[in-house]
Amino acid sequence: MSQQGYVAAPPYSQAQPGIGGCSAGFGPPNSSLHYGHYGDPNSSYSAPQPGVSKSTVPFGSSAPVGPPPPGTHQFSQTNFQNGPSTPGQQPHRFQGPPPPSNTGSSYPPYSHQSQPAYPNTASTSSATQLANQLNSMQINSYGPGTAPSPRMSSGHPASLQGPQLMPPTQQQMSLPPGSQVPPPANTVNGLCAQPSLPPMARQDGIPGPVPPNPNLQQLPGQPPGPGYHPQQANYGTQMAGSQLSYPGAFPGGPAQLPGPQQKKLDPDSIPSPIQVIENDKASRGGQIYATNTRGQVPPLVTTDCIIQDQGHASPRYIRCTTYCFPSSSDMAKQARIPLAAVIQPFAIVPPNETPLYVVNHGETGPIRCNRCKAYMCPFMQFIEGGRRYQCGFCSCVNDVPPFFFQHLDHIGRRVDHYERPELSLGSYEYVATLDYCRNNKPPKPPAYIFMIDVSYRNINSGLVKLICDELKTLLDKLPREEQEESSAIRVGFVTYNKVLHFFNVKSSLAQPQMMVVSDVGEVFVPLLDGFLVNFQESRSVVINLLDQIPEMFADTNESETIFAPVIQAGMEALKAAECAGKLFIFHSSLPTAEAPGKLRNRDDKKLLNTDKEKTLFQPQVNSYEALARDCVANGCCVNLFLFPNQYVDVASVGLVTMYTGGTLYKYNNFQVSLSDSNFLSDLRKDIEKTTGFDAIMRVRTSTGFRATDFFGAIYMNNTTDVEMAAVDCDKAVTVEFKHDDKLNEDSGALIQCAVLYTSISGQRRLRIHNIGLNCSSQLADVYKTCETDALINFFAKSAFKAILSQPLKIVREILVNQTAHMLACYRKNCASPSAVSQLILPDAMKVLPVYMNCLLKSCVLVARPEIPTDERAYQRQLVTSMGVADTQLFFYPQLLPLHSLDLKSDSVPAAVRCSEERLSEGGAFLLADGLRVFLWLGVSAPPELIQGLFNVPSFAHISTEATSLPDLDNPFSKKLKSILEHIQSQKPYTMKLIIVKQREQSEMLFRQFLVEDKSIYGGASYVDFLCCVHKEICQLLS
Amino acid sequence: MATYLEFIQQNEERDGVRFSWNVWPSSRLEATRMVVPLACLLTPLKERLDLPPVQYEPVLCSRPTCKAVLNPLCQVDYRAKLWACNFCFQRNQFPPAYAGISEVNQPAELMPQFSTVEYIVQRGPQTPLIFLYVVDTCLEEEDLQALKESLQMSLSLLPADALVGLITFGRMVQVHELSCEGISKSYVFRGTKDLTAKQIQDMLGLSRPAVPTQQGRPLQTSEQPVISSRFLQPVHKIDMNLTDLLGELQRDPWPVTQGKRPLRSTGVALSIAVGLLEGTFPNTGARIMLFTGGPPTQGPGMVVGDELKTPIRSWHDIEKDNARFMKKATKHYETLANRTAANGHCIDIYACALDQTGLLEMKCCANLTGGHMVMGDSFNTSLFKQTFQRVFNKGFNGEFRMAFGANLDVKTSRELKIAGAIGPCISLNAKGPCVSENELGIGGTSQWKICSLDPSTTLAIYFEVVNQHNAPIPQGGRGAVQFVTQYQHSSTQKRIRVTTIARNWADAQTQLQHIEAAFDQEAAAVLMARLGVYRAESEEGPDVLRWLDRQLIRLCQKFGQYTKDDPNSFRLSESFSLYPQFMFHLRRSPFLQVFNNSPDESSYYRHHFARQDLTQSLIMIQPILYAYSFHGPPEPVLLDSSSILPDRILLMDTFFQIVIYLGETIAQWQKAGYQDMPEYENFKHLLQAPLDDAQEILQTRFPMPRYIHTEHGGSQARFLLSKVNPSQTHNNLYAWGQESGAPILTDDVSLQVFMDHLKKLAVSSAS
Repeated sequence: MSQQGYVAAPPYSQAQPGIGGCSAGFGPPNSSLHYGHYGDPNSSYSAPQPGVSKSTVPFGSSAPVGPPPPGTHQFSQTNFQNGPSTPGQQPHRFQGPPPPSNTGSSYPPYSHQSQPAYPNTASTSSATQLANQLNSMQINSYGPGTAPSPRMSSGHPASLQGPQLMPPTQQQMSLPPGSQVPPPANTVNGLCAQPSLPPMARQDGIPGPVPPNPNLQQLPGQPPGPGYHPQQANYGTQMAGSQLSYPGAFPGGPAQLPGPQQKKLDPDSIPSPIQVIENDKASRGGQIYATNTRGQVPPLVTTDCIIQDQGHASPRYIRCTTYCFPSSSDMAKQARIPLAAVIQPFAIVPPNETPLYVVNHGETGPIRCNRCKAYMCPFMQFIEGGRRYQCGFCSCVNDVPPFFFQHLDHIGRRVDHYERPELSLGSYEYVATLDYCRNNKPPKPPAYIFMIDVSYRNINSGLVKLICDELKTLLDKLPREEQEESSAIRVGFVTYNKVLHFFNVKSSLAQPQMMVVSDVGEVFVPLLDGFLVNFQESRSVVINLLDQIPEMFADTNESETIFAPVIQAGMEALKAAECAGKLFIFHSSLPTAEAPGKLRNRDDKKLLNTDKEKTLFQPQVNSYEALARDCVANGCCVNLFLFPNQYVDVASVGLVTMYTGGTLYKYNNFQVSLSDSNFLSDLRKDIEKTTGFDAIMRVRTSTGFRATDFFGAIYMNNTTDVEMAAVDCDKAVTVEFKHDDKLNEDSGALIQCAVLYTSISGQRRLRIHNIGLNCSSQLADVYKTCETDALINFFAKSAFKAILSQPLKIVREILVNQTAHMLACYRKNCASPSAVSQLILPDAMKVLPVYMNCLLKSCVLVARPEIPTDERAYQRQLVTSMGVADTQLFFYPQLLPLHSLDLKSDSVPAAVRCSEERLSEGGAFLLADGLRVFLWLGVSAPPELIQGLFNVPSFAHISTEATSLPDLDNPFSKKLKSILEHIQSQKPYTMKLIIVKQREQSEMLFRQFLVEDKSIYGGASYVDFLCCVHKEICQLLS
Repeated sequence: MATYLEFIQQNEERDGVRFSWNVWPSSRLEATRMVVPLACLLTPLKERLDLPPVQYEPVLCSRPTCKAVLNPLCQVDYRAKLWACNFCFQRNQFPPAYAGISEVNQPAELMPQFSTVEYIVQRGPQTPLIFLYVVDTCLEEEDLQALKESLQMSLSLLPADALVGLITFGRMVQVHELSCEGISKSYVFRGTKDLTAKQIQDMLGLSRPAVPTQQGRPLQTSEQPVISSRFLQPVHKIDMNLTDLLGELQRDPWPVTQGKRPLRSTGVALSIAVGLLEGTFPNTGARIMLFTGGPPTQGPGMVVGDELKTPIRSWHDIEKDNARFMKKATKHYETLANRTAANGHCIDIYACALDQTGLLEMKCCANLTGGHMVMGDSFNTSLFKQTFQRVFNKGFNGEFRMAFGANLDVKTSRELKIAGAIGPCISLNAKGPCVSENELGIGGTSQWKICSLDPSTTLAIYFEVVNQHNAPIPQGGRGAVQFVTQYQHSSTQKRIRVTTIARNWADAQTQLQHIEAAFDQEAAAVLMARLGVYRAESEEGPDVLRWLDRQLIRLCQKFGQYTKDDPNSFRLSESFSLYPQFMFHLRRSPFLQVFNNSPDESSYYRHHFARQDLTQSLIMIQPILYAYSFHGPPEPVLLDSSSILPDRILLMDTFFQIVIYLGETIAQWQKAGYQDMPEYENFKHLLQAPLDDAQEILQTRFPMPRYIHTEHGGSQARFLLSKVNPSQTHNNLYAWGQESGAPILTDDVSLQVFMDHLKKLAVSSAS
């Protein structure tokens, strides 16, 4: 059944032969051309290649090896591969899709259709699922308040009321399975993937240019003909338009115009991330995604939809690299697909989704399995009339505590299933009892300590004043529980240069008191009472202090600073106050003063590309690691705001931040007048962020596999407990799983992530996220449910961790290798036999190469003297704690055309691929990667646009100095602002706006972000990389 | 010179010196047979209304080892303009300024009546006085408030140009910066970590700006005083600031859990205070004034742990060697005290708490530096408040009664050597020909440093006659001693006071009666007592008592008149008659008896005993008792239980306490309210009289005594009962068969028994 998903392909295959033929014809020339083409790339690519080369022979040589003609053949076969099932089925398959495609233009029906797809993929369960749904509907009627609409699961009226679309979908869902519509997602993807393949094949065989393009663009859909269309239908009709250019180009190109003189591979013909994103948006955007099925693949991170928790954690909390685990470790080894979950336990949910329920069992505390200590969750199976339950994780049979007893209904489910979040939801919270508290004492509300570097530079630059002024207003916005009037968080203030100054801001004082601690060798907290205060109570004293700090040090000439003692002091303060908390450290220089943690400038470009390069990413002195450990042990999270204008050794100073779940912000060459808005907005956001303090996370799994590796802004004392001094909404932990044993396909792979933390109001809580994945002994199932974005997240984090111990070269090789391996394995096991030289990408990993290439080009993995060491360390650290959405944007920036804005609609324009070819002289583009946002202006950008945005008459008048855009009352400006706002929302860092004018010096920087192109630092272009990977695969297969 | 008594008094008046012997035995052997050593009580800065200081430098003997000051005893050749040193016989030229000298035109220092001269010399820069308050904040709210008020008040009493600084401590030690506006700033130190002076100065940013750290900081390089001025500021400048700062002082904010003492870092606080001054103002007059309300409980110098269940060490613990922290703490404070003394600063300790505060360990801080030690129950008592106020009292000439950094140099003629000194001083280790090998007190030197002294500060200085028996002293020869005290006057002037005295020699074998008659039994009692107390510091109490007894018996044997083995025949001449009684009371005094006293109290009493002048010391040894009754004017009565009569009011002054005791009848009358009836106005006056007298004592005494007003049967009456000679006890009450007096419930021997034993032992031929 599951394979049927692929069957959809056949129609394609029929269209393809032509292409195959084409390419075949061009085979020989291609190889030679290859050389020519890759001459350049080769050299640029050479850096990564040596490592790879074992398997991947340089293109030139490989080309002949992989005989072009077969390649072309493959092309045709590719289609078959995707649909491994026999051609005979095709017609049947076919029938399914077409109808929708025809009716396609109407949106709603499609949305429903995407849903049915899931039951299909989990074919075995489709029947049961139907039953489930029916059940759930029945149960609805059991629900206490008979909901007006019986279809609503009234057990959780609140949760369900929000998304009212829900009932209809459910209804719909029951229908499609019956109709046995082919699984859309996979097939579609498969089809999509195939378009991308031909170019590759063509590349092998056909170096020819893309003359067909113009033609094809005119008549995009035509060449593939009927075979093609149905596929699109699956995507949803909306896609059709946007897709036209893309698929059209591909089939047409090779098929019709095999120009031997073609020099470059048409970028349009290779898998486009934009296309994938847009397709997913089109098919699933704006809909309700209910997590009611084990192992269903969620929409992409880039897709906006409403997520409804129906028993599995929302993908906002957990995203997995694959939603179907291979059932045995052999399989897993074979596929080499990392089995990982990216957990963002405090991810923000949009207001239209239900916030987490809090379960309070009073003094008894959460109900847990006696053996494995897993928390009560939907995976627990109640038996013996409800008197006992069997743990889904370890299969231990536990007694149900009397207070928790409830009868079971006729299908063996508890009558109160929908009344209890812990029985029906994937994510919920428990109120923890004293057993879960430090020293068995109820925690105190956390505290924020602001620690400001008041050395000469910061005073002189006005930064100190800026911070102080901002704090005056910010302190009113400390996070608080919704039901509370004011924040329970206490605040404290420290300034420092070579010594530390603590401030007593007790409300009873007329003026603040300053206490200098100059014993930095053995730092301590000089006061307890009056240091951490409630801002509302001590307002006047605090304001007084903030007024005075800039003046107090106005004539300072102290230029040396300390750093480690500052953290130590903050940590000691929290320890003394017996609470968890966050330090906000505003620091600007290398700590060279005589004190623990003193650093020297060790930035040495000579180390680049040597075995010692890794030391640049390691802390300079050991004390920081010990400090980090202490901080974590005391629930002290360190947020670091760096304002360097030279080397500050981010790898060392940022270490504690990283281990304590803090956030590192870096503002190079900070100038108050220019860059303050970024910083202030970061600061504001950070202060307002919802955060869990003094957190400890435990990931439990069902038998057969376990979590083995953790990546993130975390600290691990042992192999299982993930300690986080604090964890905020943007922090994600990537967890890798390994097999212990065989997995049972029926029971699947269950994961429970429990985070014990202290809330902002000082309540000890447990946040539980549960997710169930499928297991399969079919590799195809695994490949089908892969999530490229999560994969890249995993690869990025593991690679960035690996560079601490391995030379960059090796790390890059491993990445390329693994990419090739995964694809080769697919090729070998899931695709029907075909010629070796054919590049076949699994549908779900279609964009893996381009993303992987972006990762390889990331400045962290590229050693070039032009890239500051600090910047690399900084980015390394950022990525380590990023969630999937952030890494996606970070590695593949969003490029938005502005010249063709639809000023009337609210929507953000569709992105284009990150390549210079997409730019046009007459246009303006916005490029955002999560840290920066570039506004690129073509030399002949429309004057009205320029006028509208900058209020200057012409291109020449635009100043690239500006770091913000003027607020103008015109549609252009407003539209752009709203777009910026939209991009910025949900992003942890405030993006720095950089205005780039075409053909000016600053364009160099901008170009680095056109990640599909060859990078000035030597990174391969997308096309080149694809070829490289292909060679690698060929090598593996041969 | 009618009597020796007058002579003694006159000498004391003029020179502030009292010798145990005013005629000296002329040989070493004889001198040792005198039992009471040749010694004197010297009050270097005794107030002299009639002594205007001279405004020039003293003339010194040119011999480098002598350097005695020209004095009335020197032989002067007016024609040759030469003078002969009376100590080393070196002939010296007068300096050019003395060119006009002649028999009729003598400089003051040559006139006989100016055996004591004070010189004002212009030397070195004048630095203002420094007062560094070191304040414990682990106090009860009420106490702290009172202390704060006292401190605020004291600011107005300081010399306007004096520098003042503030250190507070509790769990941490805070050094307050005084020059800042708008925000009070302090440097905080961990209370558990001892720091060297260098570290302290580095951390306070006081180290002289080193060359490498200078770039780009023009402000701090300017002047050394500017830097330290952050912590030490002229009173007149930061008066208001400091008043506010003191006003805002909070109790130590660190939580003290039940069953714990607050963590008090006295040791580190003192160390920082010492280090601060050491680096910035060495060898200038400075007082570190420590105000503490409890024992140090952490860090170096801790005296007791913070667990309340372990009480602070008692004499019992010390005897059993059970005082865990004592040795270490004592060592810490000794080190500090020596450093402080080396810098010429002094440490005052104002300890007010109901329990002990560790004075035992800290005593050396005050003892070695000449600082004050004040012990009270609470800062919120007039005892503390007035005592503290009195530190800043001014003398008759409007000058503060304090002087600093004194250097006492003693010179003797050849027949004498210096054995040592006992008092608030440290040795300067000045060896010389006149230093004896036999040490009494702080010996081995002819110079001592007294970091702080006031007009009543008195040192006991012990000599040794070294003249050999067979080397006769020329007829009419006189032994001479010169005391040269250089000090910093409270007006910051440098002054030198020179006292030269001479006494006749007498051959003890032939002229014993002269020597006997010239015995100053009061001075001798005090001098012996000081020796005894000094020994008691390092020896077991019983040993000291035994030693004192033996000395007394030997003295009686030497100077008593008796027939052997007949106690009844024993007589002592008038000049010795009171001495045994002094010894009796000394034996009972808290200076030698630790029973019923805590180690702190003993240290406190001994501290004062070692520095007060003769009169006060005598009061301490043998309290004074006055009786007020209708039978006549107030009269001094015997310090005896027989003096306690129902119709008497008694006023006892023990130096540390003033006790007013109403006899039984008087108390009843008072209860009945007769004093309020107009017809019994005389009773009212009777009641008032001792109060007025007590007030008079209270006004002048430093430290302010504990004032006790009690009556017959009152619990506080124990202060009186424990002091009087227990002539009537429960044992012999009926044997005496008298109704007068009150029986004392004690097993102590009475003076009568003591005397009987003494006589018996003195006349015994066995010993």
